[in-house]
Amino acid sequence: MKKAGILMILGSLLLLGLFEFPLWNIMLGAPQYPDPLGMNIYISGIKGVKEFDIQNIDGVNHYIGMQTIPKPWEMWEFRVFPLVIGTMAALGVVIGLLGFFGKVNHWWFLGWFGLMAVLGILGMYDFNLWLNDYGTNLDPNAIMKMTRPNGRPMTYKPPLFGHQKMLNFDVDSWPHTGGYLMFAGMILTLVAFFIGKKSKNIAQ
Amino acid sequence: MAVMFSGCNNSKSPNGNRGALASTAAEKVYVPPGEHDEFYAFFSGGYSGNLTVYGLPSGRMFKEIPVFSQFPTNGYGYSEETKPMLNTSHGFIPWDDLHHPDISQTNGKLDGRWIFVNGNNTPRIARIDLKTFETDEIIEVPNSAGNHSSSFVTENTEYVVAGTRFSVPVPQKDISIKEYKGNFKGALSFIEVAPETGRMNLKFQIMMPGFDYDLSHPGRGKSHGWFFFTTYNTEEANTLLEVNASQNDKDFIAAVNWKKIEEYINNGGGTKMPAEYAHNVYDHSTHSAKSTIKKEVLTVDPTKVPGAVFLLPTPKSPHGCDVDPTGKYIIGNGKLSADLTIHSFDKMIAAIEAEKFDGNAYGIPILKFEDVLAGQVKSGGLGPLHTEFDGKGNAYTTFFISSELVKWNVETREVIDRQPNYYSVGHVMIPGGNSAAPFGKYAVAMNKITKDRYLPTGPELEHSAQLFDISGEKMELLLDFPTHGEPHYAAGIPAEILAPKSQKIYRLEDNKHEFAALGGDETRVERNGNEVHVYMSMIRSHFTPDNIEGIRVGDKVYFHITNHEQDFDVPHGFAMIGANNAELLIMPGQTRTLVWEPEQVGVWPFYCTDFCSALHQEMQGYVRVSPANSDIKLSWSLGE
Ligand SMILES: [Cu+2]
Repeated sequence: MKKAGILMILGSLLLLGLFEFPLWNIMLGAPQYPDPLGMNIYISGIKGVKEFDIQNIDGVNHYIGMQTIPKPWEMWEFRVFPLVIGTMAALGVVIGLLGFFGKVNHWWFLGWFGLMAVLGILGMYDFNLWLNDYGTNLDPNAIMKMTRPNGRPMTYKPPLFGHQKMLNFDVDSWPHTGGYLMFAGMILTLVAFFIGKKSKNIAQ
Repeated sequence: MAVMFSGCNNSKSPNGNRGALASTAAEKVYVPPGEHDEFYAFFSGGYSGNLTVYGLPSGRMFKEIPVFSQFPTNGYGYSEETKPMLNTSHGFIPWDDLHHPDISQTNGKLDGRWIFVNGNNTPRIARIDLKTFETDEIIEVPNSAGNHSSSFVTENTEYVVAGTRFSVPVPQKDISIKEYKGNFKGALSFIEVAPETGRMNLKFQIMMPGFDYDLSHPGRGKSHGWFFFTTYNTEEANTLLEVNASQNDKDFIAAVNWKKIEEYINNGGGTKMPAEYAHNVYDHSTHSAKSTIKKEVLTVDPTKVPGAVFLLPTPKSPHGCDVDPTGKYIIGNGKLSADLTIHSFDKMIAAIEAEKFDGNAYGIPILKFEDVLAGQVKSGGLGPLHTEFDGKGNAYTTFFISSELVKWNVETREVIDRQPNYYSVGHVMIPGGNSAAPFGKYAVAMNKITKDRYLPTGPELEHSAQLFDISGEKMELLLDFPTHGEPHYAAGIPAEILAPKSQKIYRLEDNKHEFAALGGDETRVERNGNEVHVYMSMIRSHFTPDNIEGIRVGDKVYFHITNHEQDFDVPHGFAMIGANNAELLIMPGQTRTLVWEPEQVGVWPFYCTDFCSALHQEMQGYVRVSPANSDIKLSWSLGE
């Protein structure tokens, strides 16, 4: 159980990577942008990959009536996410410590993992809602109004995950360092659960 | 088929380089779409007053950098910010004859920080920044005329020199031209370069006898600390020079120990004399140039500094003056002779130490020809002019009269190869040619006459440059390409030194222009008497404001326009109907000012000239101009 407790602590601490590294990255490349424009999504806000990328993405997007990319203070998520992540990391460390000293059993690890998974899914759901709004809630006075072959107005929701062609842009949306650290941390806590379970069995 | 081929060949140009040979040449100069050239080459635009930037080996032109001439393409010399760059003691001079570019060096190697060029007509030296490819500074050279033996730099860019081609009365005065001999002076100016900023300062002028100082090159390696200048008209004739300045069998190379003179000056030597000359500096944070008139110059009488200046006899009217990469040899080519003259730096020093002088000219010791001569190249060509080096022990000399490029070995002085030029070659350039470490892969010959090399374009033709592959034992002609103006001389540098440093935008937050409108809320229109200042911004695809009313006939309208883009290669233009100057081309983050003096009542449009986006054509606006006595209030708007 000592080993499991250590893994639980390590796994929870990996979440803290999100305070330093982006959770997600979206890149936009086009023939006239040989150096693609890109945004890094942090839990506390969105930043350009290069210094002026956000300004230039907004500049390009205004032709099709997209909103400008939200500033950190324009979305409640960027205030709440850091609190949630900080709390979850702290909670995980506490549970891990208690496990290490044999005060709680391995089911607490799984409980933490379950809560984190639910929160993560909610976060993804929320992110997708935002992407949806960003790509479909267009200015009615947009300079360019494109339609699909079926005559319906075109929307520009970036993919939640993976690659998509949008007009002249190739859009790639993938997790970034902070996201990978978080996934790795969550897997570690799951491993902590199984190791804890195994040591319990041996103990019996 | 055979008949067709031979018929074809007969009617073709005399080089006969067709067929298989031509196709391998094509491969050597071919740079596939999207790929970059190996070298930047900076060609002087001669009488265009500009410097043009080409790629080697493709011969593609990338840019024309305005230096001494007004340039309507981007408004240089027309905009209020850049007009001071062309100020001189003679007033605003919007043209010059740009001759010799030279790239800054550190330890004798190209460092790619700046490129210096000379204005030949109204003596000036300009410094161009190689991050922005813009002219940053122009300093006028007083007491000079025909600033030809210029602008070459010493091996740590301590100095850039400006030798006068025409000697003149110093100070200028109303004097009979017949009194030239003994009364005119030739100033050799040493302009120090601040190591960090590149800022130039005319440190001293050596007042030489009234010869014509034609070309120059710095010593390097063991001869570092010396500068060499060719002279002609040592006869000091003042009329029909083609005859009267060609009487002496030998003219001179003036060897100047500038370190000795520097020491003399630092110890309080030299004489300050009144002089008026402009010093124009462009500031990249205010995006504006300032012109200052300087009032004084420090002059040095060379006879007062023993051991500083000597004259090396050199056959008849030498033109080129080239120092090999090791600094051991000084090559002076008598343009009216057939042979190349190679002086030895070591022998010169030995002769000076032994005080083996052959008289003097106005008190300056003349050395004996035989005592300084390292040897001569019996070339068989006519009219040798300029020499560059490949860094592998070979020299390449152009011959104007026999129109050829001759490769020879610097130590053995044997001719290795000769290739014809089409036609009448002046300078030759090897990247790094004026440095201790040339990049001896290509040589470019710059020809004065084009004739049948391209499709005819009426009587006026651009000059032709010719690219040679010099990587092998024999030179191979690869490419002809036209260059703009008179491609007098050029300087080349590997792309890998410059390209990574090239600036993409100006940062808006660093814009300290007095009249910049950095945010939308700073755009406005203000009246001050009959001056109206429009603080305007531009971004894809509109001007703020785009409608202005309350301007009157007789007003002087200053459009101060700031480009708010922060994206590489997104300039916007500004053109105002009836503005009697030019347009503006404004780079991302930059502010530029155009003056317009409306003379007719009406509603007059302005627009963006650079196709900036899909809505470029919509990037426009109007100015309403009312009669001079109108009381319509100033107003401006966007999106109303
Ligand atoms: Cu535009």
